[in-house]
Amino acid sequence: MNSITINKNISPGIEFKDNSVLRKFKNRLFKFIIILLSIITISPIVLILSKLIIKGFRQINIDFFTQVAPDTFEAMTAIASGDIIPGGIANGITGTFLIVIIASVIAIPIGIITGVYLYENPGKRYANLIRNLSDILQGVPSIVLGIIGYLWVVINVTNGFSALAGSVALAIMMLPLIVRSTEETMKMVPENIKEAAAALGVPYHKIIIRVMIPSSFSGLLTGILLAISRVLGETAPLLLTTLGSSFINLDVSKPTSAVPLLIWNFYNDPNMINLIWSSSLFLIGLVLALNIIAKRIIANREK
Amino acid sequence: MNSERITKRVLFTVSLFILIISTGILASLIKGAMPAFKEYGLNFIISPDWNPTEGRESYGALPFIFGTVVSSVLALILCIPLASSTSLFIAEYYKKTKVASILKTMVDLLAGVPSIVYGLWGFYVLRPVIVSLGLSDQGFGIFTSAIILAIMIIPYATSLSNEVIAMVPNELKEAAYSLGATRLEVIFRVIIPNAKSGIVASYILALGRALGETMAVTMLIGNANVIPKNIFSTGNTMASLIANQFGEAEGLKLSSLIAIALLLFAITAVVNASGKFIINKLS
Amino acid sequence: MKKNNLDINNSILTIKDLSIAYVKGKYAVKNVSAEIEQNAITAIMGPSGCGKSTLLRAINRMHELYPNISTEGEIFLNKDNIYDMDTINLRRKVGMVFQRPNPFPTLSIYDNVIAGYKLNGIKLKKNRRDEIVEKTLTDVSLWTEVKDSLFDKGTFLSGGQQQRLCIARALAYNPEVILLDEPTSALDPVATARVEELLIDLKKKYTIVMVTHNMSQAARISDNSLFMYLGESVEYGKTNSMFTNPIDSRTEAYLTGQFG
Repeated sequence: MNSITINKNISPGIEFKDNSVLRKFKNRLFKFIIILLSIITISPIVLILSKLIIKGFRQINIDFFTQVAPDTFEAMTAIASGDIIPGGIANGITGTFLIVIIASVIAIPIGIITGVYLYENPGKRYANLIRNLSDILQGVPSIVLGIIGYLWVVINVTNGFSALAGSVALAIMMLPLIVRSTEETMKMVPENIKEAAAALGVPYHKIIIRVMIPSSFSGLLTGILLAISRVLGETAPLLLTTLGSSFINLDVSKPTSAVPLLIWNFYNDPNMINLIWSSSLFLIGLVLALNIIAKRIIANREK
Repeated sequence: MNSERITKRVLFTVSLFILIISTGILASLIKGAMPAFKEYGLNFIISPDWNPTEGRESYGALPFIFGTVVSSVLALILCIPLASSTSLFIAEYYKKTKVASILKTMVDLLAGVPSIVYGLWGFYVLRPVIVSLGLSDQGFGIFTSAIILAIMIIPYATSLSNEVIAMVPNELKEAAYSLGATRLEVIFRVIIPNAKSGIVASYILALGRALGETMAVTMLIGNANVIPKNIFSTGNTMASLIANQFGEAEGLKLSSLIAIALLLFAITAVVNASGKFIINKLS
Repeated sequence: MKKNNLDINNSILTIKDLSIAYVKGKYAVKNVSAEIEQNAITAIMGPSGCGKSTLLRAINRMHELYPNISTEGEIFLNKDNIYDMDTINLRRKVGMVFQRPNPFPTLSIYDNVIAGYKLNGIKLKKNRRDEIVEKTLTDVSLWTEVKDSLFDKGTFLSGGQQQRLCIARALAYNPEVILLDEPTSALDPVATARVEELLIDLKKKYTIVMVTHNMSQAARISDNSLFMYLGESVEYGKTNSMFTNPIDSRTEAYLTGQFG
């Protein structure tokens, strides 16, 4: 048994030079650099938010939500007489809601059903193809989807710039996010709930509608909210599809404004600069509110 | 047909949308780009001219491919020290502490800022800084865009990095500490080697984001349709060119813009697919 | 603490009034004092949650990796207070082997063995490195098994081989004391027997302190045994005496399998 023989001590020799002072210094220095760079990383968000709040807060009043955007002349006279610029972004707010609601109506059912399909057929070749295509779609630059909205809807369907074209572009952006989040949340539903229902003879479609979707409801909602918040601030695809409008428009086949489009217009018009900040503050507030709600739902679910 | 088969059929049919949309996007872009490629052939990709003047029309994508790649890669280079420090802060140094969760929330907020707002901030706040540093006359250019892009892609670079760094088994770190390693040495000899592929994948996906960014870049890059001389000079990216010129485009110019969209689509698809490939290999 | 036929005159480690708390006021180790004999195997045993691993990990100051753990009391290594030493130097003298084999998966077998030198930035000449690798792997009787695959990743070895590699990693850096935290709990009986055999041989050169939840293992290989219960050291003595003739009723209850 005791066949192992121990060699003579490996001589400690000169190899143990005490380098601990330098190493500890490097260690401290590195930690300091990490903290410093982390502070630099988050400083833009602090600077951006404070800039928007300081500059934009004054412009936000009742009119801001109820009036349409002013024209250059109105803004110019207001500036000349030292008043705040009249009007608001009502046409943008209604347009954003219209475009995003239509996009959601398109993307949510397709996204959820496709997500359920992927969950139900995890190993299939075709399902993997769909999953990979969905991942590729998620990486398509939004401007390219703007061109798609233009080619598919503006030219062929509405014969002109329209809210619908913008909605189609945004729906394609939302789709992969909803597909992925649906599949992921379905995976978290305990298998035995499904089996229990199946054992009772509940038909397949009812298992999905009555069991799978309700038990993963909060996850689905989170995915949808994050998808909406992701497209809410999109400007580039709308430039190519919905164009913009100075009126409140609720007709999906007509050009429509949106908050980010208004910001773009204000940016390009030196007289309207003051409205940039309040509109941006509103837009960012909307996006962050959706994000916070979604994160709350996740946090509650994890409890 | 029983209800189970009908349900399966419905699920399958709806899932076809993804296939139809993906192939449809590719087909529409190719069809739209055809006139430009017919006119210029592959010269379109390597030609440095973009001249819409009637009679002397000539379109080439090189300045924009160049502008896109240079600004995005520069953004990635600027992003890496910031994002990796933040990841180490959140997932190693202050793992599971209040301060880490605050930092993480703030990084997540960066992802919620619309591109156009980054553009405004870059225009009104960052650009004057660039001017006062004497880096360029008006503050527009590749470098200014790259700084904003670097900030924009930080949340994408950190989210996956955080996960893989946090997942490095504690027992490996303890093994290194028990041999006398300092934290710095543990980070470079244990944590980074073990989390390497996930970290690389997250930076590839972040690069994919930067390549397709439009509005912020449009507002800061200077929109000069030439190959930039250096990183401080003005230029243009593929996405930004489309945003600027699509409105009044028709005929050959429209086709050329669609051809640029097709190229952009291809570049981002390749970059994203390689990132996803690494992630899939991980799991 | 009751002493059972204990007479240590060549102690290398002295633990003095050591208390450790993970949460303020809640002690996982309470007022433990003990002398550890040089060139012997000391087993720390007790039911799970008794603080035996916590005590072991104090000896190379592993607790300092976690900010919430507070430690009171003193530990002396060769009359030097370890809390006055640098952790870099302390851990050079006190090596550690963990519960589950944890070779560095990104390193080859060869590099795992000399990881202590690499991590500490000590440059060795190639023939010196080769010498250390061969000597240490021979010491843990792994040399013949791996000498043809030294540059493969260590993670392809069996669990028992991995654990011996981890012991080699600790030995190669030439410590005086080796701490082992239930080193065989993840191994099968055959691999366990080989590791036990190895430890008996190693005590000629090193001082070994091991935590074990396996009484028969303590009985088989240890010279001295410390029995802990609810964070306190209940009884400490010669393993032979303690197993045949426990003084404290709790020790007796544990050894006769009434808890843990």
